[in-house]
Amino acid sequence: MAENSSLALLTAVPAPTGGADWLSKLRRTAVANAERTGLPGVRTEAWKFTNLNALKALEPVAATGTAEIARPAAFADLEAVELHLSNGMLSHTGDLPDGVELVDLADPTAAPDWVSKTLGTIAETGPHPFTAINTGSFTGGVALRIKRGTMVETPILLMVDTRGQDAGGEQTVAAHPRVLVVVEDGASADLVELHTGAGAYVNNAVAEIVIGKDARLGHYKHQSESDAAFHIAMTAVRCADSSTYDAFALLTGARLSRNEVRATLAGRHIEYRINGGYLACGDQHVDTSTFIDHAEPDCASHELYKGVLADRAHGVFQGKILVRPHAQKTDGYQMNRALLLSREAEINSKPELEIYADDVKCSHGATVGELEDDQLFYLMARGISRERARAMLVAAYVDEAIDQIQREPVREAFRTAAADWMQKHIAGAPASEGV
Amino acid sequence: MALLEIKNLHATVDGKPILKGIDLSVEAGQVHAIMGPNGSGKSTLSYVLAGREGYEVTEGSVRLDGRDLLEMETDERAVAGVFLAMQYPVELPGVTGMTFLREAVNARRKAAGEDEIDAMGFLKMVRAKAKTLGVTDDMLKRAVNVGFSGGEKKRNEILQMAVLEPKFCILDETDSGLDIDALKVVSEGVNALRSAGRSMLVITHYQRLLSHIEPDVIHVLANGRIQKTGGKELALELEKNGYADFAEAAA
Ligand SMILES: Nc1ncnc2c1ncn2[C@@H]1O[C@H](COP(=O)(O)OP(=O)(O)O)[C@@H](O)[C@H]1O
Ligand SMILES: [Mg+2]
Repeated sequence: MAENSSLALLTAVPAPTGGADWLSKLRRTAVANAERTGLPGVRTEAWKFTNLNALKALEPVAATGTAEIARPAAFADLEAVELHLSNGMLSHTGDLPDGVELVDLADPTAAPDWVSKTLGTIAETGPHPFTAINTGSFTGGVALRIKRGTMVETPILLMVDTRGQDAGGEQTVAAHPRVLVVVEDGASADLVELHTGAGAYVNNAVAEIVIGKDARLGHYKHQSESDAAFHIAMTAVRCADSSTYDAFALLTGARLSRNEVRATLAGRHIEYRINGGYLACGDQHVDTSTFIDHAEPDCASHELYKGVLADRAHGVFQGKILVRPHAQKTDGYQMNRALLLSREAEINSKPELEIYADDVKCSHGATVGELEDDQLFYLMARGISRERARAMLVAAYVDEAIDQIQREPVREAFRTAAADWMQKHIAGAPASEGV
Repeated sequence: MALLEIKNLHATVDGKPILKGIDLSVEAGQVHAIMGPNGSGKSTLSYVLAGREGYEVTEGSVRLDGRDLLEMETDERAVAGVFLAMQYPVELPGVTGMTFLREAVNARRKAAGEDEIDAMGFLKMVRAKAKTLGVTDDMLKRAVNVGFSGGEKKRNEILQMAVLEPKFCILDETDSGLDIDALKVVSEGVNALRSAGRSMLVITHYQRLLSHIEPDVIHVLANGRIQKTGGKELALELEKNGYADFAEAAA
């Protein structure tokens, strides 16, 4: 089964030794899992639309050293508390609000229970080789705890950056940033996750999210890695009764990216929202794979993805919703819409519903479209140039998904980030919309 | 020299000849009406003038202010002063009315080498004009034409015309789908835009609109050609006899 037993990604990082027992055990299991399964091949069902040959051909070295991280322009004005993960290591910690505790995962030897008892329990390593590699190899990262009942007003801005530090920056590097967020009962926070970098690298990130009863987390991610980067990310979420998870992913960067989000809705009356937009051009490959496990009754999940694919870009959307026998009154909505701007652009959509309860409301769908000639004509007949008209229509298309972001200033930053992409790749998009 | 000068215009759609030799000249300040049976080529003429893809000119010329219109792209024609109020206005999900208008105005300003328009002043100006046409603030905030009634779409077209102040306006069946009150509002809006420097081509199937927007000249288009030209009396004649007299020509 293992196509590449050497697992260059795994060996790129010297296996961390020592440390607490719980961690050593976790790592040993993860490494064994990674070595057993190897990296996924095209016959691996979960990866059938994403060919990893280019990544497998790499012989990356560990990303070492840290660098200053700059905010992307669209986020320049967002009021936020910054945390920096440079090459997988925590390199900067802003002033955290009261009720927020932070643990640097570079040295979790003396980690408190909320870390040692949770880390590695949400993101499984058995079925997910990249998660296994991250778990076996992470050299740093951050664990955040939002204490019971704490309302964190200012968003926490987690800036994840990867780049080679050697003189030429020629060698491909690999980093395995690790994140754990525990939002305790009744607490609320917003986490904005930005992924940037320079040169050729593999960013193999894993985030574990635990949301307690009546708690809320807004989790908004912008992936704008370098053109030569590989971005492989797993976000694993576990929600308790009456909690809210409002997530959005804007994926614009990387040569090849896989953004996987898996959730267990382990309580009743949960509102689970994962929406997103993927914008790709050139030869980019952008894969979104999501899994929602409706394990309990009375929960609602909402998933709307809008994609824009130009040139020879290839998009993948795999969305699975599982409704267990016990999960009556589940309300699940899933939609993937892709706009193809060229004949060579391609999208693979694979929505999947697996429903074992009989009293549920679930809908799913996928559409593929092109820019409408009559809309282009209408805009041009009012004097707007073809490029601008295209950019306006594409921006409007993606806006429907961005509108789903519940947190206002964050929503505007993401709108600007999308507009910046249009400006650069479609030409002349308006910087802002609306009256 | 006429503001708009069409000579021997032939055009095809999907290789099928639709316009078969149109001659028409509209002086500055004049309003001309084009009447004709369904399928006679009225909308085709409007699209050819606006420069829509798929409407191929095979012969003839069109000049606006002496400039060759057929050489220009759709957006260049609009910037040069051509405005088409469409028979079926298009829905633009996600593009608000205000954004649409602002982009259109800024495109013109950019072409003239001017700065972008002041947003607040523009908003005020648009609101004032919208009010006279019964276009609500809510309609300006919503996506263009999405969920608008037929009448709202037509009023929205005239609002765009009022804001963009074009030289040459083409109104394609602006009366269709309007009840009598809406027709009055729209006609008053159009009449308010009549001026010495601006010409209009009002396309309609029915005489009704022309009692509100009184044209200087009426043409009857059938079978891809102008079959008859006259004054107001022509509209009344058509009202009485229908297009039967032209049926032969159209067949
Ligand atoms: N996009 C098109 N594709 C094919 N045929 C068309 C198209 N537009 C117009 N036609 C044809 O051209 C002729 C004239 O149509 P049109 O200009 O819409 O007439 P009118 O506006 O006078 O009713 C009709 O026979 C119509 O079927
Ligand atoms: Mg017509």
